[in-house]
Amino acid sequence: MIPAAFEYVRAGSADEAIAAIAEHGEDAKFLAGGMSLLPLMKLRLATPTVLVDVARVRDLSYITDAGDHIAIGALTRHRDVETSTLLAQECGVVASVAAQVGDNQVRHRGTIGGSVAHGDAASDLPAALVALDATFVLRSGSGERTIGASDFFTGFLETALNADELLTEIRVPKAGASGFNFQKFNRRAQDWAIVGAVVATVDGAKRVGLVNMGNTPLRATAVEAALASGASIADAALSAADGCEPPTDLNASVEYREHLARVLVRRALEASA
Amino acid sequence: MSILGTRVLRAAEDPRFLTGGDRYIDNLALPGAAHVVYVYSTVAHATIVSIDTSEAVRMPGVIGVHLGADIELGPKRSSNPRVPAAFVQPLMAIDTVRFVGELVGAVIAETKTQAVDAAEAVIVEYENLPVIVDMEVALTQGAPLLFPEAETNVAVHAKFRSGDEFFDGCEVVVRERIENQRVAVAPMEPRAAAAWWENGRLEQWACTQGVHGTRNSLAKIYGLTHEEIHVVTPDVGGGFGGKSGDYPEEAMLGWFARKHDRPMRWAETRTQSMQGLFHGRAQVQYCELGGKRDGTIEAYRIKIIQDVGAYPHDGVFLPYLTRLMASGVYAIDRVDCEVIATLTNTTPIGAYRGAGRPEATAAIERMVDRFSAEIALDGAEVRRRNFIAPDAFPYTTKTKATYDSGDYEGALDKALAAAGYEELREEQQQRRERGATKLLGIGLSSYVEITNGDGSGEYSSIEITNDGGAIVHTGTSPHGQGHYTAFAMIAADRTGIPFEKIEVRHGDTDVVPRGNGTGGSRSLQAGGSAVWRSSDALVEEAKRLAASMLEANPDDLVLDIDRGVFHVNGTPALSRSWADLALAASTQLDGGILRAAQDFEETAGSFPFGTHIAVVEVDTETGGVQLVRHIACDDAGTIVNPMLFDGQVHGGIASGVGQALFEHFQYDENGNPLTSNFLDYLFPSAAEFPSFERVVQETPSPLNPLGAKGIGEAGTIGATPAVQNAVIDALAHLGVRHIDMPCTPERVWQAITLPVLRSGGE
Repeated sequence: MIPAAFEYVRAGSADEAIAAIAEHGEDAKFLAGGMSLLPLMKLRLATPTVLVDVARVRDLSYITDAGDHIAIGALTRHRDVETSTLLAQECGVVASVAAQVGDNQVRHRGTIGGSVAHGDAASDLPAALVALDATFVLRSGSGERTIGASDFFTGFLETALNADELLTEIRVPKAGASGFNFQKFNRRAQDWAIVGAVVATVDGAKRVGLVNMGNTPLRATAVEAALASGASIADAALSAADGCEPPTDLNASVEYREHLARVLVRRALEASA
Repeated sequence: MSILGTRVLRAAEDPRFLTGGDRYIDNLALPGAAHVVYVYSTVAHATIVSIDTSEAVRMPGVIGVHLGADIELGPKRSSNPRVPAAFVQPLMAIDTVRFVGELVGAVIAETKTQAVDAAEAVIVEYENLPVIVDMEVALTQGAPLLFPEAETNVAVHAKFRSGDEFFDGCEVVVRERIENQRVAVAPMEPRAAAAWWENGRLEQWACTQGVHGTRNSLAKIYGLTHEEIHVVTPDVGGGFGGKSGDYPEEAMLGWFARKHDRPMRWAETRTQSMQGLFHGRAQVQYCELGGKRDGTIEAYRIKIIQDVGAYPHDGVFLPYLTRLMASGVYAIDRVDCEVIATLTNTTPIGAYRGAGRPEATAAIERMVDRFSAEIALDGAEVRRRNFIAPDAFPYTTKTKATYDSGDYEGALDKALAAAGYEELREEQQQRRERGATKLLGIGLSSYVEITNGDGSGEYSSIEITNDGGAIVHTGTSPHGQGHYTAFAMIAADRTGIPFEKIEVRHGDTDVVPRGNGTGGSRSLQAGGSAVWRSSDALVEEAKRLAASMLEANPDDLVLDIDRGVFHVNGTPALSRSWADLALAASTQLDGGILRAAQDFEETAGSFPFGTHIAVVEVDTETGGVQLVRHIACDDAGTIVNPMLFDGQVHGGIASGVGQALFEHFQYDENGNPLTSNFLDYLFPSAAEFPSFERVVQETPSPLNPLGAKGIGEAGTIGATPAVQNAVIDALAHLGVRHIDMPCTPERVWQAITLPVLRSGGE
């Protein structure tokens, strides 16, 4: 469990971090909370030659009211998202989902930006952000751009983030303090979801996100459409797995995951009604 | 009042562990030591074509790279003479690898990091051979062989004695194929070791459950006398049987140390530990149970197939323990067992918490439930009807186990009362009737097991210090259980020396001359009894000394336990304290120390028993199982310290729940381990458990002065089938008759969705 040798650069600000990545090129990696990257490095499944540690970039740790949305700094720890009174009021679903990430130790180390940038379909927050149609702010030496959550996650552990870009901010709509629910099904409290279903209400319409039902975090658009056209919750939930290509692993077969998606989406919709 | 039976805190043990003062091998400084990192086989079965070490030897800090053919130490043969002679494991693979995780090379470097980097640079070329993962496939005609020269994969085989007539006259016979799945031991502290030579003597630090066993094993491998080896075991972070095995990783360190003339140290990673530390369980059982419709069990037959892994270690003994305990707590007229153990291309199987007995209990307790469901009688009632009666002890079973003492119905009744069994059954029925999504399951398991199964003896000595305190030596080897506290309590009780003034020493072959270590839940009954005996011998010795000081006849001397002083019977005012005696001993006794040593010889193992009741909620939509209550009445004879007893029971239940619901060490069809870390291998955490409810019953054992039996493994043995039975019980009305462990959500969901409605009867 000793990682391969690497150089370590500690960035004091976002600009320093971006400059360091630009200098070291493709084999450099940002290190935030280290909850995903460090285990991979210890198993030598990831062998970056340079780590640019952004965990101490405090100017990217914030949750603020930006008028028409809530802005969350990418290096905000899960624990701070979980306990934010602003989020509880204005976008309670994000706080609620953050509260179920990993265990206490993980939530104190891990960051929302790290979770998003890792792009794991089994992670909880990306599915919530896809359901909310959140916007991500990406910055590099050549400037800043924004991208919608659904466009950001492009494949298995793949995102639209370029090697020289740092995810700096997550923007979520003001979805309110109610009308949401997160159903996370796993075998141990600390585990990733075998399947998760997150429901939020945005502008009066139900949004449904799915955890671990494909290569990327997904939005159950068929369910949303069925509900919009007046279907009952029970009927709408039947199409929860439509179009999904869930993985098979030690915990679940494809058929079981599809079944769980239907059950959990129904439960999440009922609980958020 | 006696200190025995009270909740004495582990004041001398725990503060050190809780404040980082522990002494685990990998944390200890060893000046000048080089670091050994092994290269492990990445394939399950292959011929080694070549091993290229040319890059590794040139890497920074590398002192040496060694391959199997270099090692001039003999392999250790199975101590079971029935095992084919060809089934031998070299310390490091020479031409063939037989499981992923087998050693193929050793890299020695100045630093651990350098050794890890160089080990990555060793290139092994393999030519793959057919892989056997499934134990039943291994037994089929034409199956690939791990040792072709042996012409079989079978390690040991003992056939049924009965034929088709076995179930004649039974009104009902139920049959089931039961998997007792392979699990990992995974102690908190992975293995570590160090070795060096001092004046021709091998010095070894061992992470083991017994220093003397390790010494004896090294003596065989190196051809040395016991005196030429010194083994020290500092703190050990859990063993659960896994650290009672002999491992090549540790054994070769002395050879490297001699070759390079410097100390060698080694510590494994968690992944290596998951693949190298022997696994447990791994049986397939074909069970048949027959009886009358009134609930009388008449005949029980079990074919035990044991997967022993790639090499025969304890796996060639474990199924015999399963056979010994096959009929459990029941008086059954006809019992027959077949044992067949086979090699597979997997990590070898060793003794893991319970070691053969949990497998026996899981089978019979599953079958009793299966039988009860078939004849539509309550499982508690069927158990009660078949228990060995309290006045039948000592009782010899059909498999030749002689149970020392027991009150099985007492334990069942206490557990049922504590659980509120009738109310639980009513709630279960109500939930079923209203079509609740979360069904209630109530699972019973009445068990008996054997502790200190080989009836081995134990050594203890006790000596008085100048301040009137005492130092106790024991041949057991604690690794978290609380021996220090328990043994000091016993010595205090027998000598009147305050508990706080008693020190317990262990884990050093130069300090303790002999011992049998800790395993098989033997330490209190054998080691504790040895402390009792040596304390009593010390008191007799002290009486002779006090008599000479008081110019009295030793027979007239009495020990006042409350005051810790000796006086002549009838004249308590004139007394001698232990400190007085220590002073007198310094001039009057040979060696100048008041001490006594005793070996306690137990004649046979003792048989703890009890009943566990698990209550689960099963989500019929997801298949998810939640353990909501667990009630345990474990009777392990007289309890010395209820707090230590709680600790053993709680940990035991956690292990049992783990096997019933979560844990399963798995391989793919090519023999690649799929569960080598705590992400994929689902150890439950505290978050998965309710508070356990322990119910007290104490039926003393007649076999030792404490009246104690072992409690280290009973929780695991009792809990596992209780939880499994509870899951199946929740779904019984749907026609579900069996679900193999672990009862995963997907398996439960499948059972609900497609219940296999089997009649099971004939």
